[in-house]
Amino acid sequence: MPVAVPDRKLKEVALSRDEYRTLVDKLGREPNDIELGMVGVLWSEHCSYKTSKALLRRLPSQGDGVLQGPGENAGAVDVGEGWAVVFKVESHNHPSAIEPYQGAATGVGGILRDVIAMGARPIALLDSLRFGPLPAAAHHFDGVVAGIGGYGNCIGVPTVAGEVYFEDCYAQNPLVNAMCVGLVRADRLKRARAEGAGNSLLLVGAQTGRDGIHGASFASLDLDEDAEERRPAVQVGNPFLEKCLLEACMDLAALPSVVAIQDLGAAGLTSSVAEAAGRAGSGALIDVAKVPRRETGMTPYEVMLSESQERMLIVVERGREAEVINVFQTWDLEAAVIGEVTDDGLLTVRNGEQAAASLPVELLTEGAPPRRPESRPRPEQATILSLDFMRREPPDLSRTLKRLLGSPNLASRRSIFRQYDHMLGAATLVPPGGDAALLRIKGTRRALAMTIDGNGRYCELDPYVGAQIAVAEAARNLAAVGARPLAVTDCLNFGNPDRPEVFWQLEEAVAGIAAACRAFGLPVVSGNVSLYNESEAGGAIYPTPIIGMVGLLEDYTKRVDAAFKEDGDFVLMIGASGNDLGGSEYLKVVFGQVAGRPPAIDLAAEKAVREFVLAAAQAGLLHSAHDCAEGGMLAAVAECCLLGGLGVRCPELRAEGDLRLDSAFFGESQARFIISAGSRAMPDLQALARRQHVEFDLLGNVHGDRIVFEGQVDVDLGELRDGWERGLVPPPPPSPEGRGTI
Amino acid sequence: MRFGVVVFPGTWSDRDCGWVIDQVLGADLRYLWHKDRDLQGSDCVILPGGFSHGDYLRTGAIARFSPVMEPVAEFAARGGLVWGICNGFQILCEAGLLPGALIRNDTLQFRCEWTHLVCERTDTAFTSLVERRQVLRIPISHGEGNYFADPPTLSRLEQHGQVVFRYADERGFVVPAANPNGSVHNIAGIVNERGNVLGMMPHPERAAEVSVGSADGLFLFRSVIDSALKVLTA
Repeated sequence: MPVAVPDRKLKEVALSRDEYRTLVDKLGREPNDIELGMVGVLWSEHCSYKTSKALLRRLPSQGDGVLQGPGENAGAVDVGEGWAVVFKVESHNHPSAIEPYQGAATGVGGILRDVIAMGARPIALLDSLRFGPLPAAAHHFDGVVAGIGGYGNCIGVPTVAGEVYFEDCYAQNPLVNAMCVGLVRADRLKRARAEGAGNSLLLVGAQTGRDGIHGASFASLDLDEDAEERRPAVQVGNPFLEKCLLEACMDLAALPSVVAIQDLGAAGLTSSVAEAAGRAGSGALIDVAKVPRRETGMTPYEVMLSESQERMLIVVERGREAEVINVFQTWDLEAAVIGEVTDDGLLTVRNGEQAAASLPVELLTEGAPPRRPESRPRPEQATILSLDFMRREPPDLSRTLKRLLGSPNLASRRSIFRQYDHMLGAATLVPPGGDAALLRIKGTRRALAMTIDGNGRYCELDPYVGAQIAVAEAARNLAAVGARPLAVTDCLNFGNPDRPEVFWQLEEAVAGIAAACRAFGLPVVSGNVSLYNESEAGGAIYPTPIIGMVGLLEDYTKRVDAAFKEDGDFVLMIGASGNDLGGSEYLKVVFGQVAGRPPAIDLAAEKAVREFVLAAAQAGLLHSAHDCAEGGMLAAVAECCLLGGLGVRCPELRAEGDLRLDSAFFGESQARFIISAGSRAMPDLQALARRQHVEFDLLGNVHGDRIVFEGQVDVDLGELRDGWERGLVPPPPPSPEGRGTI
Repeated sequence: MRFGVVVFPGTWSDRDCGWVIDQVLGADLRYLWHKDRDLQGSDCVILPGGFSHGDYLRTGAIARFSPVMEPVAEFAARGGLVWGICNGFQILCEAGLLPGALIRNDTLQFRCEWTHLVCERTDTAFTSLVERRQVLRIPISHGEGNYFADPPTLSRLEQHGQVVFRYADERGFVVPAANPNGSVHNIAGIVNERGNVLGMMPHPERAAEVSVGSADGLFLFRSVIDSALKVLTA
């Protein structure tokens, strides 16, 4: 078959010549330009997962209570009393690198629509962010935070948790991962299957414009110097319109004539129609002339590939369109019948009477040739693991604590989350700033815990171990508020997989997530992959798998948080400490090094300490619980102090055996918690620790307003707080006039 | 005793207000769609928080033209209780039912955090169950809550005792450090001269149960119920 398409054309749609040959083979003819564009976006990595699909099958996706696993707009899990929790995380990295505010805002808008499409009302947003070091990365950081707040605050979904880290490798490639959690009555859960030939396809919400054409292909390339020219590929968000869309979709829940709801995201109409038809094994006929537009002169190609935001596809029983259109009109939204479901397995596009495209749905959704790049660790992988550190003298511990807590990666996040509405819905029981957010399910005693976590530095050193740690830490975060982990959503952020060392990292990380999730019995119910996070100037990012996790607390009166509560309470460390300084904040902040083995991970030990904390919380024995993570034991204790406004007094800490003193204080050994409890709870806690076979060390007591380890550490809490609260904030502007007092 | 909660497109505190009225207090609740001109016999009309019409142009600037605002203004003129919270306060200022304006926070950032309010008027229908100088813990969530009025308006407000709430510290001292947004005179909430129209930036509906951090907002809801019942039985 003659394959005469010019290189330029293939580059435009980001297809390789091999892929083009496969397309022509499968189609039995050359595609026209519209068809080529449609295949180009759907076969992009962003839409087809052609590089990662085989790996993702290794993740466990089944489990008790899973109502919907991967493959839909979002995953869903039963949480009892007739409720289902719906959630997913998604990246918006490339757009945020180019246009931080709109990139982040539309990332939030997109993940919200995924949850809305399941019929669920979004109740919470979370975000995981990575930037280059401040202040150079301030334009990314400030823009992204403002964009997340701008969208979430306006649409009225609280942003309740998140994480942010700063590393050189993200300077050119910031990461913006947004997660949304929604609630729906389990029997009202919707699925985006375009079923029933003859049923109508309605396009609702915003009008279609030229914005964001080829956004999906753009996300599947390295960021190069032309990136600035790709600015038109970044969409612009309208949270007000999406708020109206959200309410209208909630009103649809009462209409049995609604067959399916599908979000329009990357690759716009092309992808959403193909996916909805693909899930049902049906076909679809679209007339682009019927698509409401905000610009004149748009070609069928542009209409099919537009990534205009705030649009949804609704499948409605034939003859019942008016009742759906009526709902959207109430909210002053466009709703137009643009086509119908067919049973021919084809996605056929017409422009009025003119044929424009006709492609097999399966070719679009499943036809991308799977890619299996070479996989090989880079040669220096072994050397970064060796850390000759034992000869270094531990520095002054008090000064080190202040430096660590004042450093951007450990400083207070309040300056960020106070820009986000995190209380809307009056459901937030544990607000941002703790281990995990906890939101009650109104009308019940149940509460959902949620967190998002990852550590790129550990993964850079050892992606298998680092990915396991991400799962383990997320689970510890949930346990620290008293909730049992239920299920996972993941976002895999990596560099260019065509480089063997990057594909190796991806393989290792997926294996790590799979191992940890299997060990903990946690299904991965949804997720997203973001590859090509690299640039010529900045190289590849650290491999950064991000874990979003949701848990359940059946009785929210049993909740716990991280703040120390009462003078005199005992402060205890649960779990064992080792020489785990590799990849630590301490090593980075004090010695400027990213090296060594990441902390050892023992999945059985993780389970044991978590079960201990959950049982203790359930029995009402705890006054506080906090996960020990970045910055180690001393940072964790200090955070409990800062949150509670109370100090600690501890005797000298003896590092036993070959444990280094600095590792005892700042090492990042996993499977550890800091808890506090009253004296009456101590016998029960000791007995529980023995039963669960977890190590149980008395550190000292909550006391006064200083952090004291006799002869080792003595820090004034107020002084520590100053540095901690300013770690991310530029110095305040002079007080403006007119700030009156009486 | 019936509360009417107005829903504009972009309103998002309607459901939180509804939850407190209906589920926490067991009072009668009606949602009032912005296109309707019927207050459905409400004894108190709440204009809740959110971004009505996206707050495009200016906060509250479009919402004041919604059909429902006509009967709301008439209701207020007859002495009916009208309570604007956050975006509702902004709408009331735009509609001329309250003096002054709410401009961008002096930090130029959105602020969501707990604040303390000292109550200076306990003789209004909204605060009758609050003690004088009582400190209420109620959160804010806004980008444009910086209350501004020109000096003559401001002195009239102060002279007539129309300032109901001021941002204060935990002990009730009105200090600059307790002012989250730059509001002139630390003003968090005001009433009209007649005392039947209240606008406030903080969200009492988010402080109606101890489990979410405070139940101080209930003083206001209960005051309204108490006052309305007195009117109804009088």
